[in-house]
Amino acid sequence: MGTQFDFPGGIHPPDNKLRSLQTPIRQAPLPDRLTVPLRQHRGDPGRVVVAVGDHVLTGQPLSEGQPGRSVPVHAPTSGTITAIKSHEVPHASGLEETCILIEADGRDQWYKLAPCPDSASTAERYDHLHRTGVVGLGGAGFPTRDKLQSAEAAPDVLILNGAECEPYITADQALMRERPDSVVAGALALWRLVGAGRCLIGIEDNKPDAIEALRQSAEGTSVEIRVVATRYPSGGERQLIQLLTGLEVPSGGLPADVGVLCQNVATAVAVDRSLRLGEPVIQRITTLTGEALARPGNIEARIGTPLDHLLFEAGLDPQRLHRLIMGGPLMGFDLTTTGLPLIKTANCLIAGTAGEFPDPPVPQPCIRCGLCEQACPVDLLPQQLYWFASAGEHRKAEHFDLFDCIECGACDWVCPSHLPLTEYYRHSKGVLRQEQKEQAEADHARQRFEERQARLEREQAEREERRRARQQAREQRHNVAPAEASEAATAAATSPTAPGPDRETLIQRRDQARQKVEEAQAQLAEAREQTPEAVPKLERALNKHQKRLDAAEKALSDAQEDT
Amino acid sequence: MLTTQRIMLWVMAATLPGLLALIHFFGWGVLINVLWCMGIAMATEALILWIRARPVQHTLMDGSAALTGLLLGLSLPPLLPWWIALVATASAIILAKHLYGGLGSNLFNPAMVGYALVLVSFPEAMSTRWALPLSLQETPLSLLDSLSVFTGLGSTSVDAFTGATPLDDYKHAIDGAIASQVTTAPIYGDRVALGWEWVNLGFLAGGLLLIQRRIITWHIPVSLLGALTIMALLFGYDPDQSVPLSLHLLAGGTMLGAFFIATDPVSAATSNRGKLWYGAGIGVLLYTIRAWGSYPDAVAFAVLLMNLAVPFLDYYTRPRTRGHKRAGRGVPS
Ligand code: SF4
Ligand code: SF4
Repeated sequence: MGTQFDFPGGIHPPDNKLRSLQTPIRQAPLPDRLTVPLRQHRGDPGRVVVAVGDHVLTGQPLSEGQPGRSVPVHAPTSGTITAIKSHEVPHASGLEETCILIEADGRDQWYKLAPCPDSASTAERYDHLHRTGVVGLGGAGFPTRDKLQSAEAAPDVLILNGAECEPYITADQALMRERPDSVVAGALALWRLVGAGRCLIGIEDNKPDAIEALRQSAEGTSVEIRVVATRYPSGGERQLIQLLTGLEVPSGGLPADVGVLCQNVATAVAVDRSLRLGEPVIQRITTLTGEALARPGNIEARIGTPLDHLLFEAGLDPQRLHRLIMGGPLMGFDLTTTGLPLIKTANCLIAGTAGEFPDPPVPQPCIRCGLCEQACPVDLLPQQLYWFASAGEHRKAEHFDLFDCIECGACDWVCPSHLPLTEYYRHSKGVLRQEQKEQAEADHARQRFEERQARLEREQAEREERRRARQQAREQRHNVAPAEASEAATAAATSPTAPGPDRETLIQRRDQARQKVEEAQAQLAEAREQTPEAVPKLERALNKHQKRLDAAEKALSDAQEDT
Repeated sequence: MLTTQRIMLWVMAATLPGLLALIHFFGWGVLINVLWCMGIAMATEALILWIRARPVQHTLMDGSAALTGLLLGLSLPPLLPWWIALVATASAIILAKHLYGGLGSNLFNPAMVGYALVLVSFPEAMSTRWALPLSLQETPLSLLDSLSVFTGLGSTSVDAFTGATPLDDYKHAIDGAIASQVTTAPIYGDRVALGWEWVNLGFLAGGLLLIQRRIITWHIPVSLLGALTIMALLFGYDPDQSVPLSLHLLAGGTMLGAFFIATDPVSAATSNRGKLWYGAGIGVLLYTIRAWGSYPDAVAFAVLLMNLAVPFLDYYTRPRTRGHKRAGRGVPS
């Protein structure tokens, strides 16, 4: 038991888990109206396959996956689709997403579910999971198929993450202690699916009830229950892997790079139900807690259920509500309204009072006390990152491995100056990502421009070539056999004997071309003064006009010679 | 939970054993110095904050100015006239702290900037105003006498109460004598250095408390004292030639410097590894200046010199980020 490996830093905040563990998992009553966001995962929304007015059954697909990371969503209950429109969804930045609004008919009639056939290949099984909308339920919402596919070979170790290290959240603990058999079934299903060498369930030692229950259920199987010391963030994927295997997932890499696959326990249960029963992800267990709730606990609710419905069910006292947090107090984010739907990644909803979550004190300057550094599980220098991020020196922050920050918030928690460090890091990362995107777009645009330029030059050269050929032909005809103005020669479209453009037109053309050249010269001169970055482009344009002018003059003089 | 204010309060509280020992052995002058410097530091801080249009009360409450004053009061010779302490404190707050942008932005340790400034400006007073241990004064200096020395009013002459510190005395006396002769002087007492040994043990105890409370880490004190010890054993192993290790550790400002001054987080190195180098650097410089320089004690200069090296240390002693093969190095472009 226990672990011989370790990760640096970490903190021990009060866990506040007991409040929501007093009662068994409850079933939320079906709401009248549900709002199902098309995107509840990391990736792109799927394509809607239903229309307003359609009647849908429980579990019926509402959208289908597109190429890429696009996961379908399913009707959480039977009813009529009343709208497909943009609606606010739980998101750190208060985003709106396209949602499908369903009016429940109360009958909860199920769609015919198709279990995954035994004969299915591994790839087909992965696709089956994808079709049933399975994503990481631990909070990140990474599409499960993509995660499973990330490993080229079977991993050495399959780890089920039941650490649940963040304070307040008990959804996984409730699941493990009340439904240990499904968790072990999920573990076995995943294990069979990916064919790992070993299968471990990692769990923090502050959940003795869950540990005991899992031990009993796992008896007779080779699934190993691994207890780790309670310390935030032991449930971080990289940290748990480090604790259980001693391996470090390389920066910017995936667990698959070190032969590990890590899945949340609730996700494993969803995988099992998807494969065995064909059941899509239309419900989840969520922790409802916080001192503003009279009846905290874990509740199993349909995806799309309005949060106020759940909060009402848990006895919310709106007078006392001070902060509403989705997720945990360290990594979660604040909601400004209760009118949002439950989504697949929502593992916890905290309705906190002012006494519980006092407004943060005014930040003081960083005194470089280093407490953040001692707490960082990645061995970053948070104070240094903060120094750069707050000065807008995002590149330097990147140089100091900003992107290895897992945004666990341990540094914020210990900071005696109450600096919102993680917020700074998120902002910095956002700025850098935006820059990268713009850089990529600029590169792309430049490439396109250069290709077009090359094509134009090629065409120009070809035209030139043709013109020369024609002229040669003409000269031959003049010199060698003027009488034999053969039909073949006249067939050359612009041969002077053919009814080509007359002199007037040619003069006109030349004048136009000359004007263009002059304009281009003027533009270029101006650009040299004001917008130097446009100079190369304008130079090329001038070149082009110059060539046209030359051509026009040549054509004119040819015509004059001819006559 | 720690707050910045509470950190400062803890540090101040941890100086108490050393402070009490200082008062006990060297008289009221120490307390007068400490209170005066703290008062000046806070008044100067308030004034500057007011000029910079910053929230005066809120910022003053962080306690950093008071701590700077306290550390200066503890470092300065106990029988210094009031205006030298004032110059030291005010320049610590104005020059070393606020000209760099206030708390958290200063490159140098403010208290040591103030100290070094008056040390080079008033070398005479700074080296002759060290009080003799009270037990060696013929009629121990009373509180009133101390005040009169401090204010310069009255006619108390300090000569009867002051003398060279053991570090200073030994360094010069050993040139013409051997250790057993030198240490017969009363200022060495029965053990290492009368009074000073208890003062240093007091600061050591306070420092250990800070480590236990996780307010400072062990890295700087350990590497500093370690480096000092190694240097003293390497170059000063012969007590008939040079100041012995016991005096280096237990006389002068060693422990105050190691646990309270070098550990000032703002001006120290950042990472744990950086702190080791930083502390070791101070230890080496401390010995070097004490042994071969013209100053008997050198905490201020050693700390300030290593402050200069901090940006460099910080770039080259980053910890290895998890998931990386090697630690990042160098200056970001
Ligand atoms: S914990 Fe806060 S005050 Fe201390 S070094 Fe880190 S950011 Fe600065
Ligand atoms: S939020 Fe980032 S910097 Fe802060 S402790 Fe966590 S990983 Fe380290």
